Amino acid sequence: MTLEAKGLTLGTRLDGVSAKLTPGSITAICGPNGAGKSSLLECLAGLLSPTSGTAALDGQDVLDLTPRHRAHRIGYLPQQPEIAWDVPVRNLIELGRFPHGDRKQEPVDAAIRALDLNAFQTRRAQSLSGGETARVLLARVLAGEPDWILADEPLAALDLSHQLILIGHLRRVANAGAGVVIVLHDLAMARNHADHVLLLDRGRIAQNGPPEAALSEEAIGAVFGVSCEWIGEPGRWALSTFPN
Amino acid sequence: MSRATLVFAILLLFAMPLSLLAGRVWIDPAVTPNAALILGELRLPRAVLAIVVGAGLGASGAAMQGYLRNPLADPGLFGIAPGAALGAVTALFFGYAASPYLLPLFALVGAGGAMALLAAIAGRTGGIALFTLAGLMIASLAGALTAFAISMAPNAFAMSEIVLWLNGALTDRSWREVGIAAPLVLFGIAILWRAGKALDALTLGDAAARSLGVDTGRLLWLLVIGIGLTVGAGVAVAGIIGFVGLIVPHLVRPLTDSRPSQLILPSALAGALLVLVADSVVRILPLVTELRLGIALSLLGAPFFLWLLLRMRRGLA
Repeated sequence: MTLEAKGLTLGTRLDGVSAKLTPGSITAICGPNGAGKSSLLECLAGLLSPTSGTAALDGQDVLDLTPRHRAHRIGYLPQQPEIAWDVPVRNLIELGRFPHGDRKQEPVDAAIRALDLNAFQTRRAQSLSGGETARVLLARVLAGEPDWILADEPLAALDLSHQLILIGHLRRVANAGAGVVIVLHDLAMARNHADHVLLLDRGRIAQNGPPEAALSEEAIGAVFGVSCEWIGEPGRWALSTFPN
Repeated sequence: MSRATLVFAILLLFAMPLSLLAGRVWIDPAVTPNAALILGELRLPRAVLAIVVGAGLGASGAAMQGYLRNPLADPGLFGIAPGAALGAVTALFFGYAASPYLLPLFALVGAGGAMALLAAIAGRTGGIALFTLAGLMIASLAGALTAFAISMAPNAFAMSEIVLWLNGALTDRSWREVGIAAPLVLFGIAILWRAGKALDALTLGDAAARSLGVDTGRLLWLLVIGIGLTVGAGVAVAGIIGFVGLIVPHLVRPLTDSRPSQLILPSALAGALLVLVADSVVRILPLVTELRLGIALSLLGAPFFLWLLLRMRRGLA
């Protein structure tokens, strides 16, 4: 169960990115605006065709898999939450079963339980708040029982408490064995909650490793062009930044 | 069977006999002379054709709104109806309309041409915005060429024939038109119905749908072919009948859970009902000449569209 970027190049957005991702853990992709974070995630999800290089799932190019087979294995959560119609929440979560072409209810129920959505099942999509929508959309991904969950800035539109709730859910998913790869802007979130960090800079990998190393003050300074200082203790780091 | 399907099927069953009896002359099967002949050869084919054309327009409207994720979308946006109309107008311009099959054939070729042009412009990328704009361009081009044909019409008779035909009507249609349109429309609805699950996934947006394994290129083709068949065949036998595809999904949606897949069959039934009732009403209106069905539905549809816009502006849609 491996997912790997092998020399991914995509126009000017990605430049020879190679990285092995670890199942059963949370990998955060960080970097400044335009560093290629979302492009890397979309290449890994098989939604973008790289100019050269491959994204390989168990050694096989994800673009060689049929769309449904790929969707069985890789769940993807886009950055912009979109729910076009006022559909009941349960029907939305059931869309996670689309790649399987079945109407199995157990995985849907499990996803609903995992994200504490029992009370929401009969609610309509457009009555949900931002935090509730984020949970429902993650439940939709979980209902597909993918081996990998790739999420593009899943915390971006959430307040502090909902950020912690959602990252807690992702942690449980990772502990259950799935590989979780998330694009994160908040470096403190990445440092405190990820197991691995890929720090991108202008389409290349600047750092790849455990958060304390990949997000060292020197590494952040080099990539973001700011001076910074980590304050706090393990699990509770905060980042103080100031201009160079 | 869903609640919406049941409701519109029952309403259609009630409307059908009423429509057969309604007209400038109300038929009493026991009293009216030649009632069987009038019913079997005039009223019944006209009613069946109304059902066929309306069903195609309703189903394609539901599919189109699902695909574009926009409740204001209409199958006319693909430019297929104007393409079909241009084909039919070409047949009228050259005086081929006297031959029973040439006008529908030209209309179907026009619909096919519009579909091919759409595919050539936007087929590979499958992007929704590009597709809509290409459809609008094709609609404008077909409209301009149709206007050109009208202005260059060889005689006043051809001109009035073209203009009348463009307004859409089911007057004097026979089983022949039913035979042309019904198989194509049914096939088209079946294709749109098959696209339903993928349209559901598209509720989550293009990227999420693709990540769920939806082949968006294939979905686009299903829609182009499904809408091409339903709308093209409808225009081929009845001229342009607008707004049905826009209105009908709004009548159906409150009776469903709003999933696009749940809208397609009930929208076909509701479209059939709307066109059948509208065609019955234009027959009984006390006007010197029968109000054209296309005009009647536009008079109904345009204010409805305005109402939708105002409702959306208030943020309630």
